[in-house]
Amino acid sequence: MSPSLAAHSFYEANARQRVAALLDTGSFQELLGPQERVTSPHLRKLELPVAFDDGVIIGTGLLGGNKVLIAAQEDGFMGGSVGEVHGAKITGLLQRALASRPQGVLLLLDSGGVRLHEANAGLIAVAHILRGILQLRHAGIPCIALIGGTNGCFGGMGIVARCCDTVIMSEEGRLGLSGPEVIETVAGVEEFDARDRALVWRTVGGKQRYLLGEAQRLVPDDIAAFRAAALAALTLSSSFDLSALEAEHVVLENRLARFGDCSDTLEIWNRMGLPDAEQLPLLDNEAFLAVATTIQSRRGA
Amino acid sequence: MQLNELLRELFSDDYEINYQGDVVAGTGTIDEQQLAIIGTTAHATIGIETALLLAQHVLTVVRSHPGRPILLLVDTQGQRLSRRDELLGAHGYLAHLSKCLEVARKQGNYLVSLVYGEGVSGGFLSFGMMADEIHALPDAQIRVMGLPAMARVMKIPLERLQALSASSPVFAPGIENFLRLGGVDSIWPHRLSNHLRTALKRAQEHGKYEQARTGRRQLADNVIKRVREDSA
Repeated sequence: MSPSLAAHSFYEANARQRVAALLDTGSFQELLGPQERVTSPHLRKLELPVAFDDGVIIGTGLLGGNKVLIAAQEDGFMGGSVGEVHGAKITGLLQRALASRPQGVLLLLDSGGVRLHEANAGLIAVAHILRGILQLRHAGIPCIALIGGTNGCFGGMGIVARCCDTVIMSEEGRLGLSGPEVIETVAGVEEFDARDRALVWRTVGGKQRYLLGEAQRLVPDDIAAFRAAALAALTLSSSFDLSALEAEHVVLENRLARFGDCSDTLEIWNRMGLPDAEQLPLLDNEAFLAVATTIQSRRGA
Repeated sequence: MQLNELLRELFSDDYEINYQGDVVAGTGTIDEQQLAIIGTTAHATIGIETALLLAQHVLTVVRSHPGRPILLLVDTQGQRLSRRDELLGAHGYLAHLSKCLEVARKQGNYLVSLVYGEGVSGGFLSFGMMADEIHALPDAQIRVMGLPAMARVMKIPLERLQALSASSPVFAPGIENFLRLGGVDSIWPHRLSNHLRTALKRAQEHGKYEQARTGRRQLADNVIKRVREDSA
């Protein structure tokens, strides 16, 4: 891949590059940056390398002139996992958003979930993040999850993503609860072969999540496309009350009733009435969305 | 502790409960106040059907009984590890459960959770950890992952982890560790109904769990405060 192409790929970029390219040029101001050297004492105790940002970059910036707060998990450090400092940085950002009421909060999620080396603190941290997001939902501040990195978005962070107003994914993104590797390690390779890349992407990848309704936007692997989708999502603060959750409940019940006996995405796509389901993983974003639109209009969705 | 034994200790004979698989729901009365009871039993794995059923019970209470507090009884070995559940969006189902509990709390159906069996990972996170007040029985177990599995995944010898777990509450399983880190508010050793009374009162008086457990994790609290208040 040429350097210029790589610079625009969300998947290939690191957290800092993603933030810089996503926001208005030069508008990002980091909070608790690496110069502060707030590292994980728990990793040090295990004699493991630490990072000066503990694997997450947070700060303020502008998106199309709109004031936003942003967090980006670093895929290259401990699998984007949530440790005590990492989690506290995100929680602090969400609390800051509650007070300063920006136009939106962007979460660039790229994480396997809780960092096992500090598992208890990590689980509690994810609970705090979850609560922080839901407080923002009550306050009507749009929360937007962007998922298209190398780790995907799993564990507690998968739950966090779906508590946001909008989930934006690329085809390369993966979103779920238990990662394929975890399922393979604990439940066996016959339950989930994590090395079967086609199976993994067909099960938890962006296209599958979009058609299922687990992601609201599917964009090409291009930071500019993520930026455009995030900008549009700033105006989408969805209602968060009893009626909205009763409606969501019906959607999830219907999904289970319709597809609960399916064991593979191709079965689901066939049942949705998609022509040539087995060809869908091969289509580019535009062609795929064109096919998706046909079933959505038929459903009246 | 067995569920029936627990319910008798909490409510004497003043409770009624129904089972649907591993999910339990019903009502209990304490000091003439009716509580909704929603929980799981038999170290339930939280699959998508379980999450949906729990969420249904929460929504029903919020819709039909405004202001009725909810006691969440936690006994889960974690989310179901299943490719089929992942296919259908297990994270979305557990997120839905969390959202239902948050709306219940916000509408005045205060939440007290009691870990009476196991509280593990995503199953605990999306349910019991969403409460205003989180408590545990002395013989309850709370963890993200057992030490042997952790050693495998982290590629650190088990003996090393066992040695470290003696001095650090940060990764080893155990309710004492969660208590020290502020993930659990208290452990109820005996006279459970008294503890429940106190917890309900606190939940109703404060109803602001977001501040309730600060002060036990100095590092995290310090970072949160700096990020919240520093000028950018």
